[in-house]
Amino acid sequence: MSDQKKVKRRDFIFTASTVVGVVGVGAAAWPLIDQMNPDASVKALATTEVDVSSVQPGQSITVLWRGKPVFIKRRTENEIIEAKSVSLNELKDPQKDEDRATNPEWLVMLGVCTHLGCVPLADKGDYNGWFCPCHGSHYDTSGRIRKGPAPTNLEIPKYKFVNSKTIMIG
Amino acid sequence: MSEHEYQPKSKFGKWFNDRLPLLTLTNHLTDYPTPKNLNYWWTFGGILTFCLITQIITGLVLAMHYIAHADMAFNSVEHIMRDVNYGWLIRYIHANGASMFFLAVYIHIFRSLFYGSYKSPREIIWILGIIIYVLMMAAAFMGYVLPWGQMSFWGATVITNLFSAIPLVGEGIVTWLWGGYSVDNPTLTRFFTLHYLIPFLILGLVVLHIWALHIPGNNNPVGIDIKKPSKDTVSFHPYIVIKDLFALLIFTILFAAFVFYSPNVLGHADNYIEANPMVTPAHIVPEWYLLPFYAILRSVPDKLMGVIAMLSAIFILVALPWLDTSKVRSAVFRPLYKQFYWILVADVLILGYVGAMPAEGLYLLIARIGTAYYFAHFLIILPILGKIEKTTPLPLSITEPILGGALNAEPARSKENSQNL
Repeated sequence: MSDQKKVKRRDFIFTASTVVGVVGVGAAAWPLIDQMNPDASVKALATTEVDVSSVQPGQSITVLWRGKPVFIKRRTENEIIEAKSVSLNELKDPQKDEDRATNPEWLVMLGVCTHLGCVPLADKGDYNGWFCPCHGSHYDTSGRIRKGPAPTNLEIPKYKFVNSKTIMIG
Repeated sequence: MSEHEYQPKSKFGKWFNDRLPLLTLTNHLTDYPTPKNLNYWWTFGGILTFCLITQIITGLVLAMHYIAHADMAFNSVEHIMRDVNYGWLIRYIHANGASMFFLAVYIHIFRSLFYGSYKSPREIIWILGIIIYVLMMAAAFMGYVLPWGQMSFWGATVITNLFSAIPLVGEGIVTWLWGGYSVDNPTLTRFFTLHYLIPFLILGLVVLHIWALHIPGNNNPVGIDIKKPSKDTVSFHPYIVIKDLFALLIFTILFAAFVFYSPNVLGHADNYIEANPMVTPAHIVPEWYLLPFYAILRSVPDKLMGVIAMLSAIFILVALPWLDTSKVRSAVFRPLYKQFYWILVADVLILGYVGAMPAEGLYLLIARIGTAYYFAHFLIILPILGKIEKTTPLPLSITEPILGGALNAEPARSKENSQNL
């Protein structure tokens, strides 16, 4: 081997071979990595339609969407007033109730505590909303975090009313 | 390999050995010169090998009856417990075997910490050991998910959610780990595959760990370099083999006591309820051997920083050979380090205790102090201690304090060193 720093034809061949090799290995590895992502059958279940015609004011139902519980709560007048009357300064994760429930009567959100993923209990806690038994997070009637370790409000999934009786989540 | 050139006695042996020197290897392993003052804390390497083999054999058998499917896993485990011949025994050995494995590995690690076995020239042995330990935790966590009980499911949910703390790509990584939008069947099948794979990776690393050990040879309770072979050494077989076997016998008595008399005492009752994504158990706790790290995770109020602290607590051990600046290996000759060592032991035990308790009030305060001390031990105390500590004089050889040299007779004759053959 010579100590000369001059670029030689060999260097070009070595570099080019290495680059082609790396790209090839990467291309071969990608299917092996991507196969772990959600498959077609999992994605096919990405939406759920729920019939909510039998839910009375004050009641809530829990449905499974993408393996996670979703709370669908038909709120009472008092609960809506309570949620709307909270000033944003009091909130850890400020969000207006209007932005969380487009139709104020219906609150649809993921039943997954934003702390470490437990399922909160309904109609419990200091704010008449939800309470997570795992590490003591309190959520209000709009599902907003009020007290405890959770960093953010309960997440609102993408959903829409297909008609007055049916909600499509996802 | 051995100092002397080995020649098999039989003609066939010689023919074979010239082509594949397995007999030379066996000879090296049996004749391997070992410090003669090794005490019983040195028997845990052999015990750990036993644990690994036990887990592999029982795991292999369990895999013949277990069904890795979200709808069937829980029932297949109950099927193993009730219907399969000796299934209850094999599963209880496997489940308690994990705890015994960790008990032994913690003793093994803390032995290394006390006698400075991680120091030059044994850094690679130490780092390989840390990698094995991390793989053990991964295997144990995934194994705990397989019965698909409530603790399995929610433990998997909480632990995989830790990755969501990573900025930007966190959520994507969690979805990728799950193979869906929550812990579900794809998660179970991949965990089963990896749970099956990891023990064999560990086995390979154990071979490297022992190989690296056989280059400088064993450290010893006095922690001084010794000449090998010499008056200070004995051959591995039969001296160390018989001592390891005796220790293993005692260890298996403890093991059997758990398996036969309280097989579920180290588990959680919630795991006998089938996984239900709609209901969370009231109190999610990991297995006992992960509790100190769980306490560190929860002691930090920020989610991302908590995860970083927990991982740092493990990986800081990799840097230990360079953080500990003292040239003296054994704590026997380090009066100050010896005290800090025991404080660290207490600190880890306390962290383990508060890790099992709710993260609030006094427990949280204790966890925070414990976490701060844990890092202070490695990052502040050890580097400084090596510079300022006045160590007691080292003996010239292992034999010296016993046969003469009254100066060091006392420390060397203390309990760590009373096992001379």
